[in-house]
Amino acid sequence: MKDITRRDFLKILGAGTAVTAATMAGCKNDGDLNPTGTLQPQKGQMTYRTNHNTGDKVSLLGFGMMRLPVIEEQAPKGASGREAKAAPIDQEMVNKMVDKAIEYGVNYFDTSPVYCQGRSEKATGIALSRHKRSEYYLATKMSNFAPGTWPRKESIAMFNNSLKELQTDYIDYMLLHSVGGGEDSMKMLQQRYYDNGILDFLLEKREKGVIRNLGFSYHGDVKVFDYLLSRHDEYKWDFVQIEMNYLDWHFAHEIEEANTKAEYLYNELAKRNIPAVIMEPLLGGRLANVPDHIVREMKEREPERSVASWAFRFCGTFPDVLTSLSGMTYMDHLDDNLATHCPLKPLTDEELAFLEDIAKKIYDLKNIPCTACQYCMPCPYGLDIPGIFTHYNKCIKEGNFAKSQEESDYKKMRKAFLVGYDRSVPKLRQADHCIHCGACIHHCPQRIRIPEMMDMVNEYVEKLKQGTL
Amino acid sequence: MNKKTLQRIRRVLAAIFFLGITLMFLDFTGTLHKFLAWMAKAQFLPAVLALNFIVIAILLIITLLFGRIYCSVICPLGVFQDGVAHVHNWFKKGRYTYSKAHNILRYIMLGIFVVLMIAGVNSLAVLLAPYSAYGRMVQSLLGPIYQWCNNGLAALSEHFHSYTFYTKEVWMRSLPTLIVAAVTFVVLVVLAWRNGRTYCNNICPVGTFLSFFSRFSWFKMHINEEKCIQCGMCTKNCKASCIDGKNGFVDYSRCVTCGNCMAVCPKEAIEYKHVKGNPAPVGANNHSPLPADKKTEETVDTSKRAFLIGSAVALGTAALAQEKKKVDGGLAFIEDKVMLVRKTPIVPAGAGSLQRFRNHCTGCQLCVSQCPNDVLRPSTTLLHLMQPEMSFERGYCRPECTACGDVCPTGAIQKLLKEEKAVTKKGQAFWFAQNCIVVSDGVSCGNCARHCPAEAIEMVPLRGDTTGRKLIPAINESKCIGCGACEYVCPARPLSAIYVEGVEQQRTI
Repeated sequence: MKDITRRDFLKILGAGTAVTAATMAGCKNDGDLNPTGTLQPQKGQMTYRTNHNTGDKVSLLGFGMMRLPVIEEQAPKGASGREAKAAPIDQEMVNKMVDKAIEYGVNYFDTSPVYCQGRSEKATGIALSRHKRSEYYLATKMSNFAPGTWPRKESIAMFNNSLKELQTDYIDYMLLHSVGGGEDSMKMLQQRYYDNGILDFLLEKREKGVIRNLGFSYHGDVKVFDYLLSRHDEYKWDFVQIEMNYLDWHFAHEIEEANTKAEYLYNELAKRNIPAVIMEPLLGGRLANVPDHIVREMKEREPERSVASWAFRFCGTFPDVLTSLSGMTYMDHLDDNLATHCPLKPLTDEELAFLEDIAKKIYDLKNIPCTACQYCMPCPYGLDIPGIFTHYNKCIKEGNFAKSQEESDYKKMRKAFLVGYDRSVPKLRQADHCIHCGACIHHCPQRIRIPEMMDMVNEYVEKLKQGTL
Repeated sequence: MNKKTLQRIRRVLAAIFFLGITLMFLDFTGTLHKFLAWMAKAQFLPAVLALNFIVIAILLIITLLFGRIYCSVICPLGVFQDGVAHVHNWFKKGRYTYSKAHNILRYIMLGIFVVLMIAGVNSLAVLLAPYSAYGRMVQSLLGPIYQWCNNGLAALSEHFHSYTFYTKEVWMRSLPTLIVAAVTFVVLVVLAWRNGRTYCNNICPVGTFLSFFSRFSWFKMHINEEKCIQCGMCTKNCKASCIDGKNGFVDYSRCVTCGNCMAVCPKEAIEYKHVKGNPAPVGANNHSPLPADKKTEETVDTSKRAFLIGSAVALGTAALAQEKKKVDGGLAFIEDKVMLVRKTPIVPAGAGSLQRFRNHCTGCQLCVSQCPNDVLRPSTTLLHLMQPEMSFERGYCRPECTACGDVCPTGAIQKLLKEEKAVTKKGQAFWFAQNCIVVSDGVSCGNCARHCPAEAIEMVPLRGDTTGRKLIPAINESKCIGCGACEYVCPARPLSAIYVEGVEQQRTI
């Protein structure tokens, strides 16, 4: 290593001064010394993957622009939990994070016309336009979910608006957004991309170079995935975006019957030599937020690496993964991810087996597999669907999920669950107000049967309140 | 006995009762009433209404032994006035004078009170009642402040990931009650500031009633003429204005045995002991009529937010803002529900019949302050002003909760077991077709049936619907307990499509 980093310097220094440590005890916490105790990213050490179609060297860490920071002080008055997300986007912070990401070698930025209540593309455009266009790859999507956007004219307007918001005249990576959803997924695909000729439009744009890579992102019904891949010879997909992480690798199907194991998805792509872009590597943060005993196991092995790092290293270990997208909200998310990817240390077979065991343990917790992506929102009846699920999962994770009144901590757990419920979700937005209209079901990329889950949460709440658990 | 001993004992006991009752009204967590509910039950008027003969007997015996010590220890309103007067004392000491008893006034007030109670016009009668007047003041005026402080702590506790404090929504349950409480507060503070226990001597029905017994009490304040130098210190410091120091006379019908006179007497001429004979002047003339301080009756208009069910037809269902569906789209706006004016009010389970409830309730607001589901609020109708009734905009009468019956000191709400309450019919649900989203929007719902704790609602096909998918609630009257769960979870806003009417006679189903 040519330039010695501060970290290495400290290691050497540390070894040298160990003997005198006793006399130096007072200086041990000096602010100038290694302040974090965790792994630091190394500039110029980002791991890159090559897209064999275009030769793009893509950073293994991609910046997902779906969970951008907001100015919390400007949230609507009295807004709690998710209501605060309606606050304006903190553009200054977005700029800072993008600058730092680029500084450390991140060059893939993934957005969509619908992210952050439709404000993500603009924010992304502002942040990136401050850099040379050749320094980064832009990914955005044809997010024509609403029937109102199905007509050809509307969809094309959406595409043109993306170019405008992103302040560019070409898109590096263009996706059909979240195919596989809808009550009848094949019909939905037909309506969104075939009937209106939008797929042909996009293929044509690729010919002209306005789109450099064309692919699709997929959630849900595997029929659509298989169908689109079966026509690979015709469309020549440049990449495909799939949900992959160590929990979904084997358990996606067990968690929600309608879903498909990530193992299958990845292998189908690898078979055809199609680069895979990974979404939900952390399951909306759930894999960064695991119960204490799992944290302990991870830290015993890698005390300096974060819990989240395991999930990214899992994805990065697979050679056909082009990039793992992380929706980073805070600078410390970015710092941590940079440390993981600069450079990425692939998992050994033994470590993969360890993660499989961890996945089994997380699966056994019986969480609701919500990633808080917000696609189900707004619920027409005012429920805060992700808020309810997040609270439920949080209680399981924190050990505040009583299974019976006999448990010694029952009272404490009951209070934490009920008080926390009212804190995170206003009463009128709680599970008991779900009328089973089903509007949400087909929007859920995780295919959660939301109304049934609402009943389950509410039944649990009732048991706690009535003391009949 | 040290000359200040009596005063000290009285102050300590008074502080205990006063703080206990105040805290019980303020505490909304349902923790304190287990330890303190007896303090409310020891109140005289509630005990009479509850026909609690043991408490009545004990209070009368105490009065016959020690005089009106009830008024200066147990009664929170009495202690409250003493507090106000005491603050004035810091600025101006020895400002009281002796005045003769205004017997006609106080007997008229007592008479009015008894007649109103018997006539069942409790709402006017209880304006005079001491304990419930105090309860209303604490619940309406101090309660919000307490809850705001609590919410501050809750925010802190949330910050530190503790579940010790939780947020309690502060909302005005009834404007008329708030006004009554505020007027009571101002009137009492003014009276107590100027002349000590004016209210107790002239208006309070309990005080007047106890005065019949205190005249004959075994222990009395006695002025020892041999020691007395007629300095008048006792008169100047008697907040009940009942000591005529010049003539060595004490009006035992008004003396509340506070011990202040003993404490200030320079010659220790006042003794608290048994005296033979009855020097209390009965039927003394009232030469200096005090200003009549009858509390003003507030005119009550129905709350603006209240709507008659009849007018509901015109409103129909508020079309829930069905925004153009976009993903990642934040939260839908929720319109507030409005409070219905029910033909028959719904009163808490354990009230028995509406009439029985009306006759027993003093409107002290203890149940309102304890209701954890924000269901109870004071009535705004003139005849039953301040008596609790239910509405379900913020919650419903949960099956496992018996808080109101547990605290009610007058027996207006009888104590029920959880199991008894779950089968007590306090109302009846009705379906209101125009508002039901199944009818108006063609959406399938069934939320009322899903949440009915009595399983009294079944979903049946809408007549004339060919799709077979439009299901409407069929309410089984024999199973419905009127808890309001259906009304609360109904998605129709601002008026629910299923609503509850009270029943005149509660019964077990």
